[in-house]
Amino acid sequence: MSRSFEDVSVGEELPELSIPLTRTMIVATALASRDYQDVHHDPSLAVERGSKDVFMNILTTNGLVDRYVTQWAGPAAVVKAIRIRLGAPNYPGDTMLLTGTVSAKDDGGRVEIKVRGTNAIGPHVTGTVVVQLQGSGA
Amino acid sequence: MSEYEERLQAWVGRPVGTVRTGQDPVNVPMIRHWVEAMEDGNPVYLDEAAARATGREGVVAPASMIQAWTMRGYAASVREDPAGPDELTDLLAEGGYTSVVATDSEFEFHRELVPGDRVSVEETVDSISPEKNTALGAGRFVSTVKTYRDASGEVVATQRWRLLRFRPEDKAEPKPLRPRPAINSDNAFWFEAAREHKLVIQRCADCKSLRHPPGPCCPQCGSFDWDTVEAQGEGHVYSYVVNHHPRHPAFDYPLVVAVVELTEGTRLITNMTGVAPQDVEIGMAVVVDWIDPDPDLSLPVFRPAENKER
Repeated sequence: MSRSFEDVSVGEELPELSIPLTRTMIVATALASRDYQDVHHDPSLAVERGSKDVFMNILTTNGLVDRYVTQWAGPAAVVKAIRIRLGAPNYPGDTMLLTGTVSAKDDGGRVEIKVRGTNAIGPHVTGTVVVQLQGSGA
Repeated sequence: MSEYEERLQAWVGRPVGTVRTGQDPVNVPMIRHWVEAMEDGNPVYLDEAAARATGREGVVAPASMIQAWTMRGYAASVREDPAGPDELTDLLAEGGYTSVVATDSEFEFHRELVPGDRVSVEETVDSISPEKNTALGAGRFVSTVKTYRDASGEVVATQRWRLLRFRPEDKAEPKPLRPRPAINSDNAFWFEAAREHKLVIQRCADCKSLRHPPGPCCPQCGSFDWDTVEAQGEGHVYSYVVNHHPRHPAFDYPLVVAVVELTEGTRLITNMTGVAPQDVEIGMAVVVDWIDPDPDLSLPVFRPAENKER
């Protein structure tokens, strides 16, 4: 079931999504995004380059934010924008909790959602996603 | 503006590298890898019927996946690029900014990608910040704009992209502590005196013979009564070795381990200071000096006597 534009109101909160950050997942997502930078799979080189361990790549953060919002919006939603800023790295063994709030609606059927993903260190990602929803407003 | 700054700022407005076309067109196997790894259950990426039910002509690629289509791939990531390295990356490395972390990504999607789409990307430098101190180290934010096009040249997405290029901070491990002496009630007095930079010698209270290392009982007369005298701190090298291996991380090598005979007659195992290992000689006159390897430990070491006045 896809959410229709009329169903959505500004201020509405998305259900939370908790994502366990396993080492395998961090490596698998880096490779699925064709990102072979050593900091995303090689712990000793990651330390040499100033990190405490391997960490999630930004393409994956984009993918997870995309997944989070479209899971709520439904398959008919079309993603029009994903704007993110990264903060605390996603290290293996941590958990990221994604939360979201509808922050704006326009007349063209577009809905903006503010998204925040927090791990044990602090905010990993903050940003907005814009989706085009179906409905008479579209 | 420094010459380096000028060379950096000359990049603003210029393209980074050439237009790069994805090695493969948009395709279902790569989409499947992506949605599996992301655990994305949206059916429009793999299920034709579900995609059509939403009004689409067929399956589409996840919007966020667009950057993956034009990634260089494994071979180019791990090998020197025969066409020459990325000059901007080189210029930043010249300034010491050898590490990189992505900080911002702002996508605007113009249309959904479908299997068969051939995506290319062109990246242009938007700005290069002055050096900033960040939690990761001193670095510069490099902002670029990536423009994604399909085979007909139509823009399918744009991405404002910001990287922090930084100098990794030297995370040298603190030097490990020197091994702890095994202190017990028989020898504690000696290490306590050492903490005050006093070299003491245990003396039998009955026969007055001196002994070291400390012990509960006089080896001469068997008495358990004892007191101490303070040594003058002078003596000579009775014997020594130079340790090269195995190494303990708390020590500097080569490490001279000497047996010094004090003028009072007792000997102690110690280290040498103020002398190169090859210059140590048996019989060399030495005087005591003190080291404080950490707040809980002070130990006597010995230096050549002729250095005393320096």
